[in-house]
Amino acid sequence: MADGSVAEVKQSLAEVGYLADEPAALVSYLAQKLGKPVLVEGPAGVGKTELAKALSRASGRELVRLQCYEGLDEAKAMYEWNYRKQLLRIQAGGEAGWDDVQDDIFSAEFLLERPLMQAIASPEPVVLLIDEIDKTDQEFEAMLLELLSDFQITIPELGRIEATTMPIVVLTSNDSRELTEALKRRCLYLWLDYPELEREMEIVRLHAPEISETLARKLVEVIRMVRSLDLKKPPSIAESIDWARTLLLMGAEDIDQETFTRSMSIIVKHRTDIDLVAERVGVKLADPLRTEG
Amino acid sequence: MAAKLLGFCEELRGEGVAVGTSEILDAFAALGEVGWTSRADFREALATTIAKSQEDRRVFELLFDRYFFRGAEAEAVQRGVTEHAEGGSPAGEGERFDMDELSEAIREAIAAGDEDAMRDLARLAIAAFGRAEGSGVVGVDVQRIRRTLGLTAGQQPPQADGSERPPIDRDQLTGFERHLRRELERALIERTETLPPSRPLAELDRSLPTSPTQDLAAVHRAVSQMKRRLATLGHEQRGRRKGRHVDVRRTMRASLETGGVPLRLRYRPKRPRRPEIYVLCDVSTSVTSASVFFLSVLHALHDSFRKLRSFVFIERISEVTDVFEHERDFAAIAQKISSEGGVADVSGYTDYGRVWLEFLTEISEELDPRSTVIVLGDARTNGREPHAEVFGQIAEKAGRLFWLNPEPELYWNYGDSVMAAYERYCDGAFECWTTGHLENFVNVVAGVAPAAE
Repeated sequence: MADGSVAEVKQSLAEVGYLADEPAALVSYLAQKLGKPVLVEGPAGVGKTELAKALSRASGRELVRLQCYEGLDEAKAMYEWNYRKQLLRIQAGGEAGWDDVQDDIFSAEFLLERPLMQAIASPEPVVLLIDEIDKTDQEFEAMLLELLSDFQITIPELGRIEATTMPIVVLTSNDSRELTEALKRRCLYLWLDYPELEREMEIVRLHAPEISETLARKLVEVIRMVRSLDLKKPPSIAESIDWARTLLLMGAEDIDQETFTRSMSIIVKHRTDIDLVAERVGVKLADPLRTEG
Repeated sequence: MAAKLLGFCEELRGEGVAVGTSEILDAFAALGEVGWTSRADFREALATTIAKSQEDRRVFELLFDRYFFRGAEAEAVQRGVTEHAEGGSPAGEGERFDMDELSEAIREAIAAGDEDAMRDLARLAIAAFGRAEGSGVVGVDVQRIRRTLGLTAGQQPPQADGSERPPIDRDQLTGFERHLRRELERALIERTETLPPSRPLAELDRSLPTSPTQDLAAVHRAVSQMKRRLATLGHEQRGRRKGRHVDVRRTMRASLETGGVPLRLRYRPKRPRRPEIYVLCDVSTSVTSASVFFLSVLHALHDSFRKLRSFVFIERISEVTDVFEHERDFAAIAQKISSEGGVADVSGYTDYGRVWLEFLTEISEELDPRSTVIVLGDARTNGREPHAEVFGQIAEKAGRLFWLNPEPELYWNYGDSVMAAYERYCDGAFECWTTGHLENFVNVVAGVAPAAE
């Protein structure tokens, strides 16, 4: 990826299909320049994970992804000793002395690399995505600190493993719990929100190029209307795109009440939400004063 | 510049944003990478390294404008620079402008989102009106100028040639008003050659709007954030290492890996505490402004806890659990509660004593040590008998009892407030009129150590 300026970063992200706004482009640029992890927060479905993927595509780096969940521990995130292989080594060892065996079974050969280790040990620079960090517990966050500030992992039996190349680290969070200060201190912070009307239109048209401008505008306006209601799960950008494709398949030229009710389930996915949306938005679409033909 | 930046960080710290040395170092490193000349880049680079949450970001925005604006103005006053000295008088310039033409240009700038053009136009607009008409109060002048220009949010009048114009939404208009305000302030400073005193951010600016006339959406945003936090709280307990039980079956299974020797113990997951919650909410006139806030809290709680029963009271108590369970829309709930809550009493004055008696007789049998009772009210009895001893009995039966008071602690026990009488029975009494207070309280309920403020 060209890393000469913020504008170039933005441009290269756009080339791989991610329309970043100014702050997002600037933070991506700084992340590469300063070598700091980026913490991306925001509501679900605004393209947090997509940003990391786009960064990997734009920079031609491999994406190493760690999906966080409750109960994730270091054995699954960092590394694990390969017990079976170690047992085999001991049994097959024969006459070798204990010291030799001990040195041997705690060598890199018996180490199973998990995503974090992979990212550090990779000879090529990578993009490391730690997804939904807020789903893990605080202990896990503490474990990440060494990795995030020094890009190294300490294995008691082996010693310190340092990154040979600087990975771009992206952490995402849905803000479902407050992350620790220590973690935030080590990261650049980026808040992604639902995009502005014009930008969301561009995004929709980028991913569904056949859609006409008027239809795209109408679609995004309706989506924004739906988001402004107090829903359990407001529609994400991905769902706007899905809806645009659905409308194309249906051959719709305008969003009227009928098209809306028929395709509504693409953007609203909760029974109570569906009732609410049908009542509020459906009625507005039926009103000729609002739709202007 | 370094000193300016440090001064800015100092102000942020004063407002409770935790800015560490490492953040300041990052900020400088980031500024080394972006151009200093672009205001937007400068601002974003600072924000991304210093403000690490939505709340911090909000404070950051407020302070950034104020701090750097003041910085520039102070310099100007010091050096005696006035803009009038250079170029012609702006008032003369303004007269050449036709009013319609001006408002036309402004509309275009707003629609295009061109910040620089908006700033220039704001100055023209101010100049066009002249100082004579100014009231001297910045806020009043902003509105007056906006009205005279005929700028309103929503649909715009069509262009001269009859073609349609895109509507301007509220936010865009507010953006223009901000420019107007800044330019007016600048003019004021120039005239008086002094800076208005710097004030700490009003608590109101960042706290939750509690008056019903204020934006309900803002309350909702705050509560929905809390809703998500509530949903994951309690789960954190699971990872803890103390008090775990060995899971024999899984241990044996795991021992297969190590040749039948149970080297690693497996534990049963720890179940989080699921509290049963009873919420009593005062909806009388003395807490009108807080009721909306309280009801939205109730609304959020209902989404997060399954075992929750809620009551509203004024003179008498009435259960509204059903209303919350059957209705999702907040406005409908508020309306239903006021119409059929059964508490629309004669006087509209709270009678806490009577409420406790009723609660005790009707509900208390169901209270057990696992239940938590939360009271939302101001403890103003309007001179009636407080029946604190009855409240004490409730406290005894319930496992935990909390009181959230919408008034600042300073006002407790003044006038007819009998907070002290109740407070000694409570496991905790909190003032609660901002989301910060609320979160602190939520942490206590979920059994987490209260967040350091």
